[in-house]
Amino acid sequence: MGELQLPPIDYGALAPMLILFGAACLGVLVEVIAPRRARHPVQLTLSLLAVVAALTAVVLQRDTRITTIGGAVAIDGPALFLQGAILVLGAVSLLLIGERSIEQGGAFVSQAAITVGSEKDMRQAGGEPGATEVYPLTLFALGGMMLFVSANDLLTMFVALEVFSLPLYLLCALARRRRLLSQEAALKYFLLGSYASAFFLFGVAFIYGFAGGIRLEVVRDAVANPQNSQVLLYAGFGLIAIGLLFKAALAPFHVWTPDVYQGAPTPVTAFMAACTKVAAFGALLRILYVAFAGVQWDFQPVLGVVAVLTMFVGAVLAVTQTDLKRLLAYSSIANAGYLMVGVLAMNEEGLSSTLFYLVAYGFSVLAAFAILSLVRDAEGEATHLSRWAGIGRKSPLLAGTFTLVLLAFAGIPLTSGFMSKFAVFGAAIEGGQTWLVIFGVISSMLIAFPYLRMVVLMWLSEPGESTPSVSIPGFLTATALGLGVIATVALGVIPAPLLDLTQDAGQFVR
Amino acid sequence: MEQTVEFAPPTGVLSSIWLLVAIPLASAAVLLLLGRRADKWGHWLGVLSVAASFVLGLVFFASLAGLDADRRSAELSLWDFIVVGGLNVDFGLLFDPLSGVFVLLITGVGSLIHLYAVGYMEHDPGRRKFFAYFNLFVAAMLLLVLGNNYVMLYFGWEGVGLASYLLISFWYTRPSAATAGKKAFLMNRVGDAGLAIGIFLMFTELGSTQYDDVFNGASTLAAGTVLIMGILLLLGACGKSGQFPLQAWLPDAMEGPTPVSALIHAATMVTAGVYLIARSNPIFSANTTLQLIVVSVGALTLLIGCVIGAAKDDIKRVLAWSTVSQIGYMFLGVGLGGGAYALAIVHLLAHGFFKANMFLGAGSVMHGMHDQVDIRRFGGLSKHMKITWITFGTGWLAIIGIPPLSGYFSKEPIIASAFEREVVWEAWVFGLAALLGAGLTAFYMTRLFWLTFHGPARWTDDIKHPHESPPIMTIPLILLAIGSVGAGYLMSTSVPEWLTPVLGESHGEAAHGVLGHTTVTILSLVVTVLGAGLAWALFRNGTATEPQPAGALVTAARRNLYTDAFNEAVFERPGIYLTRALVFLDNRGIDGVVNGLAAGIGGGSARLRRLQTGFVRSYALSMLTGAMLVVGAFIAIQLGWLA
Repeated sequence: MGELQLPPIDYGALAPMLILFGAACLGVLVEVIAPRRARHPVQLTLSLLAVVAALTAVVLQRDTRITTIGGAVAIDGPALFLQGAILVLGAVSLLLIGERSIEQGGAFVSQAAITVGSEKDMRQAGGEPGATEVYPLTLFALGGMMLFVSANDLLTMFVALEVFSLPLYLLCALARRRRLLSQEAALKYFLLGSYASAFFLFGVAFIYGFAGGIRLEVVRDAVANPQNSQVLLYAGFGLIAIGLLFKAALAPFHVWTPDVYQGAPTPVTAFMAACTKVAAFGALLRILYVAFAGVQWDFQPVLGVVAVLTMFVGAVLAVTQTDLKRLLAYSSIANAGYLMVGVLAMNEEGLSSTLFYLVAYGFSVLAAFAILSLVRDAEGEATHLSRWAGIGRKSPLLAGTFTLVLLAFAGIPLTSGFMSKFAVFGAAIEGGQTWLVIFGVISSMLIAFPYLRMVVLMWLSEPGESTPSVSIPGFLTATALGLGVIATVALGVIPAPLLDLTQDAGQFVR
Repeated sequence: MEQTVEFAPPTGVLSSIWLLVAIPLASAAVLLLLGRRADKWGHWLGVLSVAASFVLGLVFFASLAGLDADRRSAELSLWDFIVVGGLNVDFGLLFDPLSGVFVLLITGVGSLIHLYAVGYMEHDPGRRKFFAYFNLFVAAMLLLVLGNNYVMLYFGWEGVGLASYLLISFWYTRPSAATAGKKAFLMNRVGDAGLAIGIFLMFTELGSTQYDDVFNGASTLAAGTVLIMGILLLLGACGKSGQFPLQAWLPDAMEGPTPVSALIHAATMVTAGVYLIARSNPIFSANTTLQLIVVSVGALTLLIGCVIGAAKDDIKRVLAWSTVSQIGYMFLGVGLGGGAYALAIVHLLAHGFFKANMFLGAGSVMHGMHDQVDIRRFGGLSKHMKITWITFGTGWLAIIGIPPLSGYFSKEPIIASAFEREVVWEAWVFGLAALLGAGLTAFYMTRLFWLTFHGPARWTDDIKHPHESPPIMTIPLILLAIGSVGAGYLMSTSVPEWLTPVLGESHGEAAHGVLGHTTVTILSLVVTVLGAGLAWALFRNGTATEPQPAGALVTAARRNLYTDAFNEAVFERPGIYLTRALVFLDNRGIDGVVNGLAAGIGGGSARLRRLQTGFVRSYALSMLTGAMLVVGAFIAIQLGWLA
């Protein structure tokens, strides 16, 4: 047996991920060492510092364009942009996760193992401090997502997928209230997620059979110059795509989304809606643009149908939702469809506009869930639409902010929502996918209706007898909400700087 | 359009045209953000901001008039809005003769209606919010006419749509108001989708959405492309302006407060479609088929509006259908092309005055009659509401086109132009349609006027002494009445020449039509007098207070010529069924089967638990189906590729 040769590793380029994983491990130690009372501030500070440090490292690395660890990881423009986006959105999510002043003890259960409905459960619901394991879990998830968007071979990508998925499954189960719903959501997410992962892995096996390797450039060369049966290629590509479409919540692989969004603790839902979307589309972009661009004429129609289906399922079902979290879930599904339109442009504009969309949508959706966490009654968050009737009279500022976010979702001009849709649709037309744009425009007209109905409900309806109270946001939520709203407006009015940044990110290294 | 379109950079005061939009917008923001603290004075801020924009508009207009005719425009680029790849959208404004007259109309009539609304909404607890939305509307409308590219226009377009939706539903407690708001929203969406796709098409074909690039490039496009682009823009215009086949929302929109009907649904927003077509005149002039379509839409709509208007008994709805019909005249004008573009704009401006006048007059009548809107329940009001009677009377004479009031100078030339179309059968068809419309207009407006102000009083029992409205409402009425009387002659002599830089030369010596100009003038006066006389003869002694059995045509007209039924069958039903089907599939189709099984097995076990097993299985099943379809599709493509 020969000496095992370690491939050269560029630690500088990997620093952002290493910082996060390191801090996550440290966080686990904190759980063991620190006294219970001190854990929350220590963990929150540690996590935020780690994210800021990782972000600094990303900025310092901004000109790096390499592959490292024997080609397993690519640190290039899009990867760095996506990592930066994940970190920024992750930092805002951490603010929401760390909030403890709206609900005593925070949004998380104090001990996940407590039996639902038992006496202990009553006590913990009454305000025992929430579990602090959520911080290391979030950091692991963030690190996994960063690896996911920079993975340059299919196995690394699979490992990254699992690294960020497993903490998410756990996080979903940790809601302080409505715990059965939360645990149910987590179990569903876990089962269906594993199912999708299996598809992905199966696809990797096919592709290995086809290309004789799992590195993306090996696959690309094999696609350009096929040596084996094309059936392997197409079956493999289809299965891999399904794994990614699941994470990105595209129809018909979106079915988990409404249940999981509804059941998970709201800060976790916000985290998933913003960051998971970035990670899933980041990986999808890399796979499609690097490995399979050679067969784009074959997959564009199929994935185009998926995009159209997604846009319409999201838009049409959003109309009949009565729960705000489910409404936002269907909205997130429809948005995945619009993103897919940008991805399928398969040109430079497609890449840069999708990146822009991911950031813009991430901020808006974080703001939306932050607002959602503020409207509460004795049972926790009041998410039924009817409860929001006339809320504009009691809390004009909250309703005004939410209106702004909804207008952004509806794609009303001068908000980031309009800019991002405009950018992806423009790119798709450049890329010759006009039919997708026509469906996209029709679907976005449809989905404007539930958003504007919500606006009317808040401002023009008579308040019901039991309009819930609106909590004063704590410092953390206020900051997160402020950032989300500012970004929503700023990216709508002066989108140029971020658009420039997405264009400077350039292309994937091949 | 051989000459290239070029806009000059702004000079002098014209570099601050952005203030026009910014002032009402800032006022709206203040009113919304300050909340109840602004309740006491908020409405005055609303009025002042629009008045300030009007004064500024006058200053800019004067300074624009001071420029040479060939450089009479000011294009102000505020900042690069979107620069992505080949796409470059400017956040810019354009103040030229066409947008100039619109700015004056919007802010001028807008100020008067704002003033009136101070009185009209006095007892409404939501008055501040009302003014905030109203200012928002004015800002959006100004953006619509001031943008220097189609994307900016689209911003304004969506903005006015949003404000209109909010204002129609303002009296949300009435279910009919909420329904009307939804209807307006949905029908506008259809139009908006057309406009959006049209703009995208422009971008693909011409690589730009700036007005100058598009207009200069339009002549290089294939005829089919211009046709499609034009039809898409026309679809947008029809949605916003309530033209066939998207006209049904406009009369329902009258559920909103009367000042809203006057400003948005009579004077300004609904004319946005006419603005869009006039602004895009290089596109529409480039294709005769396109012009024929616009003319047909206009002629058809003007007749539909007249016929339905003659059968309605609700004062605001009669006026609303009359608006539909008058905008039909404007579409006819812009469709005819050439010199008729300017005529349509003149009619638009004149209509802005006399229709706002009559809507506010209707509001004044309702104010005095406990919000009664049924004209069968009015009568004899001329003695009790002198000012409203006289001002409404000027509006009535203006719309039916009695010289020397404004309608005569603005409508009659459009009828004459219709008779001048080059193709003979078109000249006869469209000319006679316009002429017939004039007679019908005279009929239904006289019916409305007479039943409201003359004849025996047929009031409901609770009304003893109808009272005239306070001065804050009558002063705007008087000013608008003066406009209805005098504006027509002034505008018909000056506006066409003023608009020449934008709309092209209006032909001086008219081409000879199938009927001479004098003949048309005499004919249209004759049908007007006939129509008015017939209405007077039928209704001079009032009318029954209950609906009467009627013949087929009247019944059809009372039911909006069955256009609602058509809309319901073509748009509404399929939409509802599609939604239901999808929801059904989601809830019952897949889950139902599994849940049913689980229910059979688990018996009375808790619903949550049942859902748990049911959902995951069914989700996995739908994922598997999807996976098989996706992979199957790929394999199929690949096999096809081999074969």
